[in-house]
Amino acid sequence: MNLLLLAAFWGVLMMFISLSGRSHATIRLIAQVGMGLLFLSTLAEMQGFLIYDLKAAEMFAMDRYGLVMLSVLSGCGFLYFLLSGRDMANVGSDYSEYFSLIFFIFCGFVLVLSFTSLLMLFLGIEIVTIPLYILTGSDKRNLKSNEASLKYFLLGAFSTGLMLMGIALIYGARGTFSTMEVVGASGIPTRLLLGGLFLMFFSLAFKVSAAPFHFWTPDVYDGAPTVFTSFMATLVKVAAFAGFLRLFDHAFGSLKTTWQIWAGAVAVLTLIIGNITAVYQQSVKRLLAYSSIAQAGFMMLGLYGLGDGAREGMVLYAASYSLATIAIFSVLTRMNDYTIEGFNGLAKKDPWIAGILAVCLLSLAGIPLTAGFLAKFYMLQAALSAKYGLVVVVIAVLMAAVSVYYYFRVLQAMYFRAAEEGAQFPAFSTGFKRVLTLIAILILVLGIQPGLLLHYLYF
Amino acid sequence: MIALLLFLVPLIGGLLTFLPNKSGMARSLALGSALLSLAGVIAGLTLFKQPLYWEFDAEWLQTLGSRFSLKGDAMGMLMSLLTSIGVLLAVLGSWNNDVQGSNRFYGLLLWMQAGMMVVFLASDALLFYFGWELALIPAYFLCSIWGGEKRIAVTFKFFIYTFVGSVLMLIGLIYLQSLTPNHSFQMQAFRNLEIPESKQVWLFWLFFLAFAIKVPVFPFHTWQPDTYEQSPTTVTMLLSGVMVKMGLVAMIRWMLPILGIGVFIWSDVVICLSVIGILYASLIAIRQDDLKRLIAYSSIAHMGLTVAALFSLSGFSNNSNVVLQYHQVGFQGILLQLFSHGINILGMWLLADRIERRFGTRKLSELGGLARTAPTFTIFFLLIAFANIALPLTNAFPGEFLQFNALFHAQSPYRFVFLVLAGLGVILSAIYTLNMVRRIFFGETNQATENGLRLSTAECLALSLVVGLILVFGVYPQAVLDFTNDFSREYVKAIDITRFLAK
Repeated sequence: MNLLLLAAFWGVLMMFISLSGRSHATIRLIAQVGMGLLFLSTLAEMQGFLIYDLKAAEMFAMDRYGLVMLSVLSGCGFLYFLLSGRDMANVGSDYSEYFSLIFFIFCGFVLVLSFTSLLMLFLGIEIVTIPLYILTGSDKRNLKSNEASLKYFLLGAFSTGLMLMGIALIYGARGTFSTMEVVGASGIPTRLLLGGLFLMFFSLAFKVSAAPFHFWTPDVYDGAPTVFTSFMATLVKVAAFAGFLRLFDHAFGSLKTTWQIWAGAVAVLTLIIGNITAVYQQSVKRLLAYSSIAQAGFMMLGLYGLGDGAREGMVLYAASYSLATIAIFSVLTRMNDYTIEGFNGLAKKDPWIAGILAVCLLSLAGIPLTAGFLAKFYMLQAALSAKYGLVVVVIAVLMAAVSVYYYFRVLQAMYFRAAEEGAQFPAFSTGFKRVLTLIAILILVLGIQPGLLLHYLYF
Repeated sequence: MIALLLFLVPLIGGLLTFLPNKSGMARSLALGSALLSLAGVIAGLTLFKQPLYWEFDAEWLQTLGSRFSLKGDAMGMLMSLLTSIGVLLAVLGSWNNDVQGSNRFYGLLLWMQAGMMVVFLASDALLFYFGWELALIPAYFLCSIWGGEKRIAVTFKFFIYTFVGSVLMLIGLIYLQSLTPNHSFQMQAFRNLEIPESKQVWLFWLFFLAFAIKVPVFPFHTWQPDTYEQSPTTVTMLLSGVMVKMGLVAMIRWMLPILGIGVFIWSDVVICLSVIGILYASLIAIRQDDLKRLIAYSSIAHMGLTVAALFSLSGFSNNSNVVLQYHQVGFQGILLQLFSHGINILGMWLLADRIERRFGTRKLSELGGLARTAPTFTIFFLLIAFANIALPLTNAFPGEFLQFNALFHAQSPYRFVFLVLAGLGVILSAIYTLNMVRRIFFGETNQATENGLRLSTAECLALSLVVGLILVFGVYPQAVLDFTNDFSREYVKAIDITRFLAK
């Protein structure tokens, strides 16, 4: 709960700082310090230190799993601020407010990761998405950004409606919002309850951009300013998944037989659509948008499989996917040319950056020795034990092979093709390179010793 | 300890090689590392051959049930010897090539070696999988950066092929792990499994596809000639001399003892594919004008015979010692051939590389008359070519002979058909190899070949090593047979499916 209080406080703080007219450097520093504090406070809470013992009246309760997830999210958020904080200044004039909105989103993360009442889930999801609508449209003079924002808002509002309807039906069936009691002791669901369950399933599938509810994703990710796309595609998606898993594991786990097959179908569809469409992309930004859909398919496997392995895998997936994608986006934001050809010859010009990007791409593709491999490994293992698991898993790995195709196109551009005449690459500062190096090291270390992160789940 | 060293030396050597930028330094480091690994293997084969030195076990991914355990059995020892010889030859062979970015080149080469060592020595399935990929990634970069004109597309095809195979194998591994009582990836745990026939029937394919793509078995071979042709020859040496053996070693270690019944059910199909591969590849090899492609197809044919022999070992002996004896001898032939074919093809590539660099062409039609202008080179080439045909007194002969023996004693009703057709492969191999020799070394010299070809000291050294090994093991193959005797006896008992049928 430390993070909730601190994030809310820091969000307000950032808002007021914008009034005081400080320089960009100061604002950025304050934001980075704030995010660092969020991370440290979560670590402290894992050791049992609480700033203030919040009495939540059984609306939400933090558990070990939520804390580990939160520390992954805030840790990645910290790295994200270090890497991309500077680039937010190029989006528009409300520099401080952007940070403020992100801090508010972190408040939403806490609720999504700790709810014990369906209302809190709804509140958490809304706190996360409403600032996102604003961030998506923050490039005010750009038509694409406006379009993306409106599209996201309309479709998002619709899916929120679905979720509310679902919650209402569940309340109608059981007369309670508590996740512990929504399924009765008998375990036999009424039609009303099932209706509510599936409405919530669809709505959450929309939030994590699982097919066939993914249509908003490419346009919104492409239209939004690249720095914010990076944030949406990683931390927000991962947090939404964690909430998804929490709801269907804790509340609806005993009804697994009714929805599991649908989760599997959605996972397969997401994997196929995400990967196959990504193959045809020319712009790296759109490619990453589709790749995020594809990766969501793999995370859906965790929901499909369910169990300890899936929960561990979700943590590892959250870390590996966020780290790698944030790193790639942070470089992409500074590139002049967003097409794959724009990366031609980067390895000659800047071997260090290219090497780090290569590690990130290999991790996304799921090559052993990187965290991405073990994350996928856990998901496959979880899914294999489920009903029809073998079919789902075979499709999943074949799609992973397809994903190698498009990730490696970027790799090939960097390493094996010569830069075009007059191509300009941005200069990367030493500090930026150091943070990127840290990310690459984290990915490799987690790929060899995932226990370093996962043992926090238990100790 | 030896096993761990064989993994660590190239890993650290590769890291060190990667760093310095001074030219010439990298190749010396690589040579040092290659010599050190070879010395390690030889020490392990002579002074420290007790199992104690060849085993290593440490905690690793505990929650996943995987341990970092390496164990060198006779096959592992033999293959690590081949690997270190291969890397040494590759470094020697490229000694005078002015490689651009030589530190990256040799660094990747050594990492590839580290990966292959893990594959050959791992007794933990997940570790084996890591090694499998660790060997592939450097190979991908090596071929794509330093290869020929069409390198990017060709290498990518190679990568995707192998990757598809390996992820399917990963599913198989995870599935087997879920069946073990304590969720372990240890080889022994896998071998103790009793998997019902209905599951083995499809589990077989998850594994077989991965290994068949690597070997390659017809019809999964289409990546191979292109990749061999487009890769820099130094890398091709390691690909065909050593990496291809990964597929066979994996079949021997991870399929036959674990999926005995599945292998038995499908063995006819696999032998049939292999025999088709032998004939098909040999016929294409006859028509090749490109030296590298010719060697590539010849390699498919040779590997086809080994796969056919291996799958003919599958069957039930009813505990009859005679049958077990046949199987054992056949298996020893396979091990011998794994080693010999590696040595021979390494020599072949050294020669092909020399020709290409000297004359700037690989086309047989543009060569000729070298016998007069480059006699030393001709002698080396002829000896290695004879080994490629498996003439008696070369190292390939005993291995191939024992493999035919295994095929003859197979339990398949079609064994005679298989035997005769596979035997045709020997004749065809004589045709294409001698045809190649004729076109390169005899006939009229042309402008290019008039001035002959001189071998440098490093190349002479490398080729002498190859020829020496060819002759030594050609005359005295008993050394290898004795060495693999105990291991093979245990192994054929382990793959015998009589124990399953009794239940």
